[in-house]
Amino acid sequence: MSEIRVLIVDDSSVMRKIVERALRQAGLDPLVVVEAGSGVEGLDALRANAVHLILSDINMPSMDGLEFLRQLRAQNLADGVPVVMITTESSEEHVRQAIHAGAQGYIRKPFTAEQVKERVLPLLAA
Amino acid sequence: MTTQSLRENLQTVADPMHLQSSAEEVFGTMLGVRCEMVPCAGSMVAETITSVVGFGGILTGACVFRCNEAAALVIAARLTGMSFTELDDTVKDAIGEICNMLAGAWKGKVPDLSANCGLSIPAVITGSNYNIHVQAPQFRLDQCYRFETTGFEVTIICDGLQ
Repeated sequence: MSEIRVLIVDDSSVMRKIVERALRQAGLDPLVVVEAGSGVEGLDALRANAVHLILSDINMPSMDGLEFLRQLRAQNLADGVPVVMITTESSEEHVRQAIHAGAQGYIRKPFTAEQVKERVLPLLAA
Repeated sequence: MTTQSLRENLQTVADPMHLQSSAEEVFGTMLGVRCEMVPCAGSMVAETITSVVGFGGILTGACVFRCNEAAALVIAARLTGMSFTELDDTVKDAIGEICNMLAGAWKGKVPDLSANCGLSIPAVITGSNYNIHVQAPQFRLDQCYRFETTGFEVTIICDGLQ
């Protein structure tokens, strides 16, 4: 794959940088990151950018990650693009909700770069 | 564990080991440092930055993370790989995320809490010389840690088990 474009949705700019660093450590290169601070911004970003992968937090103000996921599927904004949720919410119920809403993966905070690599690379290779 | 048994098993929910393992997990995984629990009395410099994440659902209360400026700068630097000289927005954001991860890791230790207790967005407060007061807490855990040459304090306050 040539340029890999990833949308990172998280209300924490620090967490967006940490996720980006983990992706680079996972070997995603050349990597282009599109950042969004909420689900609403994430939808706007998808209207303006084509991406290969979406990583999203769940707990966010204005529009949370699950609603963002439902909206992007309903509006066909990223057909076929895998979505991985990265969140502190780790119960089976949260995972079930995320999968039901259309997520392909789930990473619990705190996470290691190796965990990001294990979850993300297979999705990009598929 | 049901909600009924959650209240009945308060000792399990309030087990200090859950908080200790959460702190070690968050700092070990995200910062790559080993933090050591120490007695709180006299162990901390007056706090200058505080982050609060609220709990809602079958348990209500908050996770409170407190440290001084020097610790905040080290934590933010370790977390981001950047260097900081002042408590700017990125440092405050980093402290909020640390508190968020601590709260999430702590509630994740008890399956019923993990599924039925939500987290608020972190609030970050700067300043010192204040006390946290809850009228009638169900339980309260206060733990202090040292890592490298600095430290932090984390508190779990539960004021309701529904």
